[in-house]
Amino acid sequence: MIQANLKVYRYDPQTAQEPHYDTYEVKELPDFATVLDALIKVREDIDGTLAMRCSCRSAVCGSCAFRVNGHAKLGCKTKVSTLAPDGEEIRVEPMGNMKVIKDLVTDMEMFWDKVKQVKPWIETEGEPPEREYQVPHAKMVELQQSMNCIMCGACVSDCTVLEEDPNFLAPAALAKAYRVVGDPRHGKAKEWLTELSEEGGIWDCTRCLECVEVCPKDVAPMDLIIKLREKAIEEGLTDNIGAKHVLHFTESVAHTGVLDERTLPMKAAGWGWAVKNAGIAIKATLKGKIKPLLPGSHPSVTEVQDIRRIHKQLEGEKRK
Amino acid sequence: MIEYDVLVIGGGLAGMSAALHAGEAGASVAMVSKVYPTRSHSAAAQGGINAALGIEDSWEVHAYETVKGSDFLGDQDAIEILCHEGIQDVFDLEHWGVIFDRNEEGNIHMRGFGGTDKSRTCHVGDMTGQTILHVMYERLLRRNVKSYDEWFVTTLLMDEGACCGAVAMEITSGKFEVFKAKAVIICTGGCGRVYEPSTNGLIVTGDGLSLAYRVGALLMDMEMVQYHPTTLPANGFLITEGARGEGAYLLNSEGERFMQDERYGATTLEEKASRDVVSRAETIEIQEGRGIDGCVLLDCRHIKDRILEAFHQISELAIDYAGVDITQQPLPIRPGMHYMMGGIKTDIDGRCYRHNGDGSEPLPGLYSAGEAACVSAHGANRLGGNSLLDCVTFGRRAGARAAEYARSINSANISEAVIGVEEQKIGDLFARSTNERAPALRLEMGEIMHTFTGVFREEAGLLEAERRIHAVRERFPDVSVHDKGRVFNTDLLAVLELGFMFDCAETIIASALARKESRGAHTRTDYPERDDENWLKHVAVYHTPDGPAVTYLPVTITKWQPETRKY
Repeated sequence: MIQANLKVYRYDPQTAQEPHYDTYEVKELPDFATVLDALIKVREDIDGTLAMRCSCRSAVCGSCAFRVNGHAKLGCKTKVSTLAPDGEEIRVEPMGNMKVIKDLVTDMEMFWDKVKQVKPWIETEGEPPEREYQVPHAKMVELQQSMNCIMCGACVSDCTVLEEDPNFLAPAALAKAYRVVGDPRHGKAKEWLTELSEEGGIWDCTRCLECVEVCPKDVAPMDLIIKLREKAIEEGLTDNIGAKHVLHFTESVAHTGVLDERTLPMKAAGWGWAVKNAGIAIKATLKGKIKPLLPGSHPSVTEVQDIRRIHKQLEGEKRK
Repeated sequence: MIEYDVLVIGGGLAGMSAALHAGEAGASVAMVSKVYPTRSHSAAAQGGINAALGIEDSWEVHAYETVKGSDFLGDQDAIEILCHEGIQDVFDLEHWGVIFDRNEEGNIHMRGFGGTDKSRTCHVGDMTGQTILHVMYERLLRRNVKSYDEWFVTTLLMDEGACCGAVAMEITSGKFEVFKAKAVIICTGGCGRVYEPSTNGLIVTGDGLSLAYRVGALLMDMEMVQYHPTTLPANGFLITEGARGEGAYLLNSEGERFMQDERYGATTLEEKASRDVVSRAETIEIQEGRGIDGCVLLDCRHIKDRILEAFHQISELAIDYAGVDITQQPLPIRPGMHYMMGGIKTDIDGRCYRHNGDGSEPLPGLYSAGEAACVSAHGANRLGGNSLLDCVTFGRRAGARAAEYARSINSANISEAVIGVEEQKIGDLFARSTNERAPALRLEMGEIMHTFTGVFREEAGLLEAERRIHAVRERFPDVSVHDKGRVFNTDLLAVLELGFMFDCAETIIASALARKESRGAHTRTDYPERDDENWLKHVAVYHTPDGPAVTYLPVTITKWQPETRKY
C-alpha cells in the first residue's frame, strides 16, 4: 500500500473564490496506483466536490489528461510510485491553453473545433470497390501512429505555439490530418495539403518537441507535422514562407555547405517583406550579427564537395 | 425545447451508426452523449470485428458458430442478419477509412478468435474498437451530424403510450432541456459498473437500460452476463481474446494446459473455446486449488513475435499493472465481468417492446441497438468479435427504421413543465443532510453481484443477492452529495447513475432466479444441465411498483436445432 500526497488545482465559477490549491493525503492505495486512482479516491471518499473527467482507466478513452507537476499527462498512465517514490507532493492542474470550466475540467470546444477544421475524414475517388481496397500492410501500420491518438488534448495543452497564436491548428488536429493525407485511399491529398499549408497550419510549428514529449500514446505529432510538410513540398505546394524557408535552406546548404542567412528572408518571405524590414537588417549588419549582402561575404566551407555529394545522394534516395 | 425527428442517446459505435444512418435516410437527427463520443467505451474493444470474408469461410458458418456460441438461445433471424449483412458493414468501415491490418495480398487480415477454428476477426493491431470508433466519428463529422456532447439524459418522455423524447441535463452548466423527438434510439451500452470488478469504463452504468425499463420496455436475457476469461487481477483490465486466438496457452499452477481436460468439453478448440466455457474452466481450476493467488496463467512466450507485432496495448497493460513482460513470463489472469448479452428487447429493426397480456407488443417510438439492446444475436454467450459488429449492423438498421417511422407520424404533444420534475429531484437531493455516499453503495452492489451472480450461481446465493441489493437500495434515499453546485457536478452524476444501476442489478438477479437450468454464461450449480424442453425461451422482465416481473418470450429458430455443445 502506498500514499499519494496531492496538491490539486481548484476552481469553481459559481463561487467568488479565486482559483486555489487543496492538498489531500490519499492513503491505502495499491502499489500500482495511478494519479487518476488517487484522484478518484479523493472524489469518492474525501471530497466529492472535485470535478474531473475519467472513464476507461486504461489509456484508450482519452478523458483524463491533466497537468501533473507542470506537464500534461494522462492521469491513468502516470503511476504515483514512479512520480513520487518517497511520497513527494504531486501537483495536479487542468490542461493548459484551455479555459477551465471547473477544477480539472477544461473547455475542449476549441480542441474539437480544430479537429473539425482539418476535415478529418477520407474522401475516396470514384465508386468504392465491391470488397475492401487493396492496400499494403506496411501502409496501414504506418497510419497506426496517427490513429493511436485518443484525442486527450495533452499535446494541445502544452503546445508552445498555440500559447502565442490561438489560430494555430495545434498538434492533435495536425496529427489527425496526417491520418487522412497519409491514407492511400484518400483521393484528395493535394486539396487537404493546400489548406493545411495556410497560416496557422503545418508551417507554423516551431518544432519545440513538447507535443512529442507529452503524448501518452507515442503519436509524436511533430513528426507527423514534418511528414505533412514533406508531402506538401512533394505536391509542389511551395508558395508559402514555410516551404520557401525549407527549400532555400536546403539549396543554400547544398550550394555552399552552410546556410546563407543574408538571403534567407528574401527567399522565404519575399522582397516586399525584406524591403519593409530592411531597417532591422541594416542594424544587424552594422552590429556584425549578419554578414553584409556583398559578393564574397558568404564563402563556401572547405568540405563543400563532400556536402554536395551527400545532398545529391539524399535527393536520389528520396526520389526512390 | 429542442426538436428532432430522431434522437440517439449514446455516442458510442452503435449510437454513431444509428445517427449516421437515420441521417442518411433523411431524418433530422441528433446524438446526445454524456461524454465526448470518442470517449465511449466502444474504444476499449481490442481484438476485432468478425466478418466471414475468407474463401474457406461463409456467413452461414459464422452464423452457425454464433448460434452455437449463444448456446442456442440467440434469435437466429437476428444472427443471420448479423453475419450476412455484417460483411458489407465491415467493407463500409474499410471504405470509410478503418486501417485494418492486411495480409500479403493487401486484403484485410483476419485472426483467430474464440468459438471458431476459422480466422474471421478483422482487426487493427489490438486497438480495433478505438480505430473503428474514431473513423465512425470522422464519418459523422463529414455528414455534419449534430452531437450534444456531455449531456446526461435523466428521463424519457411518453405521449399516448409512445416515446417522444427525453429530458437531458447539460453537464457543463447543469441546465435541463427537453428534447422532443418522433423516435428515440437508446445506444448507451451495457451496465458493467454494476459489477466489481469489471473490464468496463466508469461511464458504463446502464443508464439506457433503466430509462427504457422505467417507461415499460422489456429487458431480455438479463441473466446472461459475460465473464471474459482473461482480465488482470489488479484492476479488472481486459487482455484480448486475440492472444489466445493467435495461439496463447492457459496454464494452471501445475503448468498444465487445463483446457485440454476432457471434462471442459473443449478438446478440439482448447483455449479458443467460447468465453463461457473457458471462464468456467478457469474458475473450476482456481476453486480446486490449481490456481495461483486466485488466477491462472496466460502464456504468450511461444508467440512472442506476434505479440511484439500486433499486441502493443496488452503488452503495455501487463507491464504497467502486473509487472509482467508477456514475451518472457506467463501473465496471471482471471475471469472478469465484461459484457451484457441481455438488454432492452428489440426486434431485428431495433424496435423495443413492452409487456402485453401473455406476450409483448412494440413500444412505439422507442428503439435500441448495441450492448444496451438485446436483439438477441448473442443469446446466452457472445462470441468475441461479434459485439463491434452488432453495434455497426443493428445500429444501422435501428437508425434507418427509426427515420422511416419518424416520417410516418405527427409531432407529439409535450410541455417543458417536465423540467420542473427533474429540478425538484435535484433540489431534494441537494437538501439532504444524510451521510450515505453513492460510490460506497456502488462498491457494495458490485461486490454482491460479483459474489452471487458471477460465473456460477445457485438459488440460495441469488436470493441472498436479492435481499442484499434490496437492503443497499433502501439506503439510496439517504445518499447525499458534497457538491451542491450545478456546473460539472460529477458527484451528482454518480447519484443519478447509481439509481440506474439498481434497476440493472435487480433485473439481472430476477432473471437469473427465473432461469432454472444452465445455459451459456448462466451456470446454475443447482440446475447444472441445459434443459431445452423447458428453457429454450427468453426470460424477459418488466417494471412494476413491486420490482421486476418475469415473462417469457420464444426463441426464433430458422435453420439450426439445438444440439450438444462441444468445442
